[in-house]
Amino acid sequence: MQDHDVQPSGLTRRRVLGGMGIASLALMSSPALAQQTVDLHVPGGPSTRIITTSYPQKGRMIVQRSSPPWLETPFEVFDKGVFTPNDQHYVSWHWANFPSDIDVDSFRLAVRGQVNQTLSLSLQDILQGLPRFDIAAVNECAGASRIDAVPRVAGAQWANGAMSNALWTGVRLKDVLERAGVKPGAIQVRFGGLDEPVMPGAPKFLKSLTVDHARDGEVMIAFAMNGEQLPLLNGFPLRLVVPGWCGVYWVKMLNDIEVLDQPDANYWTATGYRVPDTPHNFVKPGETGYKMVPVTRNAPRSFITNIRDGDSVSAGTPASARGIAFGGDCGVARLDLSIDGGKSWQPTQLGDDQGKYGFRQWQTQFTLPARGARALMVRCTNTKNEAQPDFPIWNPAGYLFNTIETTHVVAA
Amino acid sequence: MLRTVLPVVAVLGLVLLASSGQAAAITKLKSLKLNVPTSDTMFPAGPGSDAINNNCIACHSADHVLNQPSLSRGAWQEVVNKMITDYKAPISADDAKAIVDYLVRAKGAS
Repeated sequence: MQDHDVQPSGLTRRRVLGGMGIASLALMSSPALAQQTVDLHVPGGPSTRIITTSYPQKGRMIVQRSSPPWLETPFEVFDKGVFTPNDQHYVSWHWANFPSDIDVDSFRLAVRGQVNQTLSLSLQDILQGLPRFDIAAVNECAGASRIDAVPRVAGAQWANGAMSNALWTGVRLKDVLERAGVKPGAIQVRFGGLDEPVMPGAPKFLKSLTVDHARDGEVMIAFAMNGEQLPLLNGFPLRLVVPGWCGVYWVKMLNDIEVLDQPDANYWTATGYRVPDTPHNFVKPGETGYKMVPVTRNAPRSFITNIRDGDSVSAGTPASARGIAFGGDCGVARLDLSIDGGKSWQPTQLGDDQGKYGFRQWQTQFTLPARGARALMVRCTNTKNEAQPDFPIWNPAGYLFNTIETTHVVAA
Repeated sequence: MLRTVLPVVAVLGLVLLASSGQAAAITKLKSLKLNVPTSDTMFPAGPGSDAINNNCIACHSADHVLNQPSLSRGAWQEVVNKMITDYKAPISADDAKAIVDYLVRAKGAS
């Protein structure tokens, strides 16, 4: 987790978390009142969030909501490696009522509904009785970067840290369904976890996939991430991994799989998490007359991770830029950099391919020709030839924002 | 300049290999008994703060609301309606009005 020892010449890295400077001083001089903060630099505010280390199995995280926890990955983490460390993998829960005490011997995963044989699988059944596989995949919240919506919209005010990449280990959902025997006429598979709503009558958090998707051989019941069991807040002991699809489908503390022969009518599948059925899910504020559809796959995104807004870069001297990209529900074909605010683009070198659903690192060198304010931009084009849009994505719930990111620097 | 990037790639390669090896080796999970923090922070006092404290923080902490942007009365009304209709928050009509008024005062936008 240590930072790079060698500072790229020509770059004056802003002090770690520029907005923290004063808070850190306060921490040192007055521990009792200490509260580290980060400035998310959002026009209109509120811009400041508390940094916490008080959640179990979690390191430094940005508090978007204390309970149920919405903990954002601090952005500097993405510059340190292609896999997000488990203790800084972002956290998002819908309901506050989930257990903090889980006994691995009594835990069972039910497989029921339109199956030939109802199953009640122990963790040993899953770890010992089925073939396992690994897959690198980004878990990104559908509402990631909602803080960038203009005009602003209600919801978790995530900045760019509601995404994390891990090497997941688990068993194929397909194999588990085969063991139970899916009956003809089944159309969907619904997933539930140990979390429960606080208020009676409120909709339990459930999500469904089509039977075909559930049996595609990639959807995983994961018991490990980055070689370790899942942190409680990331879904211990089992979570669904739906590679390429939004995090809302990755049901945590998974203990119930129900095969359905009717369309899932529960709130979270039938009503919640809707976007306009338009190109890039984009509409104008106030626009009407479009169809709403569920969020499904992730959209391509990319970020510069070693240069932050407000940094200064030497003019006339080569500087290095690096970062991460992901293709959404497919791989990264190319990553281009613009140093002139999007007028022209130059290719960058992609790092090792860890799997098409994971982060892909990239790096390049560039030279800013003259002094003054400059806008650096990166654009991911995925293997389906879909590029990030250059206009601000907006929809009523602030989902699937993937506009090209701009980093404002000063060439000095 | 390239030197600053290359060592990182090398280290990552090792991490990946180590992770794969460890993942394949996991044969048993370990039970967890942890404490997940909650929040007892109340909304800033003012007209309607009793209504918002009594009705909202059972399901989510106050920072959920305090971190929201400034929104119009119509947008706040929609939020409160969603809590009642979709998430079954048992909020009386009088309290719902007091909560919307509080939100408009605290986090309003024209």
